[in-house]
Amino acid sequence: MSTAAYDVVIVGAGIVGAACADEFTRRGMRVLVLDRDFVGSGATAAGMGHIVVMDDSEAQFALTRYSQQLWKSLRPQLPDDCEYEQCGTIWVAADEEELEEVRRKHAYYSQRGVPVTVLDPQALRQLEPNLRDGLSGGLLVEEDIVLYPPCAARFLMERARKCGAQIRLGVTVTHLGQGFVRLSDGAEITAGIVVNAAGAWAAELTGGIEVKKRKGHLVITDRYAGFLRHQLLELGYLKSAHSVASDSVAFNVQPRRTGQILIGSSRQYGAEHREVDQQILRRMLRRAQEYVPGLGALSAVRTWTGFRATTPDKLPLIGPSTGDKSLFLATGHEGLGITTSLATARILVDAITGAKPEILIEPYLPSRAAKESVHA
Amino acid sequence: MPDSNVNSVTLIVNGSPVNVLAGTTVAVAVAIAGRPCRTSVGGEPRGPLCGMGICFECRVSINGRSHCRSCQIVCEPGMEVKTDE
Amino acid sequence: MSRDSESRFDVLVIGGGPAGIAAAVRAAECGVRVGIVDDNPALGGQIWRTGLGNAHSDDAKRKMWSSRLPPEVMAFYGTRVFDQAAAGKLLAEDADGVRELCYANLVLATGARERFLPFPGWTLPNVMGAGGLQAMVKCGLPIRGKRVVIAGTGPLLLAVAAYLQKQGAEIAFICEPAGLVRYPGKISEGLRLKKALAGIPLATKCWPVAAHGAQALESVTISRAGKKENVSCDCLACGFHLVPNTELQALLGCRITGGYVQVDEFQQTSVSRIFCAGEPTGIGGVESALVEGEIAGLAAAGQAARARQLFGKRRKTRRFTTILDQAFRLRPELKHLPSAETIVCRCEDVSYSRLQEQQSWRAAKLHTRCGMGLCQGRICGPATEFLFGWKQDSVRPPIFPARVASMG
Ligand SMILES: Cc1cc2nc3c(=O)[nH]c(=O)nc-3n(C[C@H](O)[C@H](O)[C@H](O)COP(=O)(O)OP(=O)(O)OC[C@H]3O[C@@H](n4cnc5c(N)ncnc54)[C@H](O)[C@@H]3O)c2cc1C
Ligand SMILES: Cc1cc2nc3c(=O)[nH]c(=O)nc-3n(C[C@H](O)[C@H](O)[C@H](O)COP(=O)(O)OP(=O)(O)OC[C@H]3O[C@@H](n4cnc5c(N)ncnc54)[C@H](O)[C@@H]3O)c2cc1C
Ligand code: FES
Repeated sequence: MSTAAYDVVIVGAGIVGAACADEFTRRGMRVLVLDRDFVGSGATAAGMGHIVVMDDSEAQFALTRYSQQLWKSLRPQLPDDCEYEQCGTIWVAADEEELEEVRRKHAYYSQRGVPVTVLDPQALRQLEPNLRDGLSGGLLVEEDIVLYPPCAARFLMERARKCGAQIRLGVTVTHLGQGFVRLSDGAEITAGIVVNAAGAWAAELTGGIEVKKRKGHLVITDRYAGFLRHQLLELGYLKSAHSVASDSVAFNVQPRRTGQILIGSSRQYGAEHREVDQQILRRMLRRAQEYVPGLGALSAVRTWTGFRATTPDKLPLIGPSTGDKSLFLATGHEGLGITTSLATARILVDAITGAKPEILIEPYLPSRAAKESVHA
Repeated sequence: MPDSNVNSVTLIVNGSPVNVLAGTTVAVAVAIAGRPCRTSVGGEPRGPLCGMGICFECRVSINGRSHCRSCQIVCEPGMEVKTDE
Repeated sequence: MSRDSESRFDVLVIGGGPAGIAAAVRAAECGVRVGIVDDNPALGGQIWRTGLGNAHSDDAKRKMWSSRLPPEVMAFYGTRVFDQAAAGKLLAEDADGVRELCYANLVLATGARERFLPFPGWTLPNVMGAGGLQAMVKCGLPIRGKRVVIAGTGPLLLAVAAYLQKQGAEIAFICEPAGLVRYPGKISEGLRLKKALAGIPLATKCWPVAAHGAQALESVTISRAGKKENVSCDCLACGFHLVPNTELQALLGCRITGGYVQVDEFQQTSVSRIFCAGEPTGIGGVESALVEGEIAGLAAAGQAARARQLFGKRRKTRRFTTILDQAFRLRPELKHLPSAETIVCRCEDVSYSRLQEQQSWRAAKLHTRCGMGLCQGRICGPATEFLFGWKQDSVRPPIFPARVASMG
């Protein structure tokens, strides 16, 4: 590695790139981070910042849970503007079928040591008086967290910088791989390792990976302290997140530490524009009001959109690329990249340095797609 | 202060009656009551800045609705105004 | 003026200041269906704000134009346009709910706001805009016997000073950074104002450097020809020229260059059937706003030939527009007014020192919350553009805060 200008060049200064920069520098490597804009300007500027444990698959559970623990241990060092708040999540069940899912989830989480409580309608009402009447119950996941992603990314990047990482912002990378990156001005920078952490744009830089953009809308209100206390999601959210082809919306609202309510969420494929889509926005807000009727009277201040980096099996791509031994991927985190950024960096750097990882990296290796197609 | 006649309006600002000329905006009534409109995020007292509905510094709660721009709203009899929402 | 639920217009006018009223009057004369919308509780915009009905110099003109507005024109007061639901359909909100306003032709006469520059103490209650204090007084604020310092730049200051003095205020000082001698004098009005203001201390090369007080304003320190002076006062009225309100135009995709909405000779924007008149096309004052409004109203109603007859009149007022912009350039010294702790973004209480570390408007926004508050950067945006050279991002709906129920 010694002939290259840097041990590691990371492309992308989102939360994933920042976490990687932090992790590599802490292991004593010479790191350069490149971003065409500023720290946290991509999906990291759009995301809700819900640090949530999910159980779509064992692999997803392992990564989200591990990462949440890492966030928890980071808490004492996070500055105030990261707005860290362990508000917990309530998965809301609207009917008997969803209540069944609450019970399943409860068993699954309990067995794996995640503190959860089943809520009957009364308990639900007591915890969240602004939810509508007639809901069947819910599942409280106590350790879920909400934070403010751009500042969290900045914190990680600053920490890396203090340990010697170099950060160059406002530079666009046009090529990466084979031990170097090329910038739009033609300059080339050599590195022992190149990490593609370009989020939803990763596939533009590394051919042959299946990372697609999935657009999301969010709306934020004025400050209404105490209106909601937990992040609230419908269990139907899972149906929405899973539906691969069509546009979908789901009830997903979050109390911010500022007292604001952040309202989500929507998922769209094939929408490349940043513009707000009226149709989707309306559907999303109606869905939210079906669950929390009082939302209707609150003032909305701003609407925005963002792009999730999606893979076919909904798991991120973490590890060496299939064709190029010096090129590593850290992308494809869909709607969970804030949550899983710390674990992503940890297992990636463990794999590179040969350290023993806390969780197995195999399910996230980019080579899995190739393997799958061999089996198929 | 004007008498309570047809040309005046009495409203309640933080529990106390304030009598103003008809046509007066709530922002002005709050100023007459000697109150700032709101406390900023960092804890400072704030009052109207732009007087034309742009800056949102004149927010008060009116009849239970929070965050109303008081400079754009004309006083009505019996209106309940609370500053410092 | 009637107000029922019908909401389909041949010509819809947004903004009820002089430009908007003139547009509505002219369009209505052509016999088409006209609507006019304004956020204020009554028509008049800023200069013709009626409030308690106390007379002012422009009263005759205001009455003349307002009386020409026929009852068939549907007026929506206290109503804010906050989004576009689809092409040709705007969403607006009032105290009771949401309205869909459909139009074939649209005239945007959204006026201007004051530019504010941060200095220590500018967030104290009773430090207001010059236009802001005037509006408050028009709406009933007792000013008789109150000591007022007026400071800043722009065509408003003298007019506001004259108005406040007439209402019984004691004007302690008018502070003008540029030096009033360079005032373009707005030919006759300037002279008239100068006479009205005789006897008021007029300090040139002068600006406020700090406002002081515990819970509200008590005094200001001004810098006058390089020396600092403390002046006790009840109110500081301070604005630095005007900034056009172009959020709606931007939302609708109208081309904006150098801060102003681009229009053709018929006041049509880059988007066909959307017209723009008054301050958003260039800060020009009431005469210019009126004639632009007339042209836009006629053109929007399909009367191009009649609109053309007013081109000559507009040409004369435009000259004034250019002079104004040049005369009220901001002095570079004003960039150094804020101290490290001075709040720049009032909605979110973001200090100057925190912004100094940022590279762009968007970065500042995301990392400090500057411009994320209810005003959406309407106040701190123009300030940071001057202080740091940042350009504001594209606008997002809602352009004014709107109830979630109105949006969904
Ligand atoms: C609406 C929405 C809600 C979400 N909610 C949550 C949530 O609640 N919890 C959660 O965990 N996750 C959430 N996410 C997902 C999360 O935001 C993302 O997974 C995460 O931000 C991805 O981080 P990243 O660093 O991979 O990508 P990004 O933040 O997008 O960073 C990629 C960076 O790469 C740079 N870049 C790209 N191409 C180039 C190039 N050619 N040259 C130089 N630089 C380049 C970009 O400028 C960008 O800064 C949400 C996402 C969306 C859209
Ligand atoms: C605060 C202030 C005070 C002034 N005082 C003087 C003076 O004393 N003397 C002088 O010569 N000139 C003065 N001017 C300048 C004068 O107003 C203008 O030259 C002239 O009025 C221009 O008219 P207008 O219609 O373009 O704007 P305005 O009169 O400002 O009217 C615009 C109207 O549009 C409304 N509006 C804006 N956006 C929306 C939306 N999205 N939805 C609904 N409504 C909207 C606003 O509420 C406003 O009422 C002042 C300007 C300002 C801003
Ligand atoms: S004073 Fe600015 S919005 Fe009321």
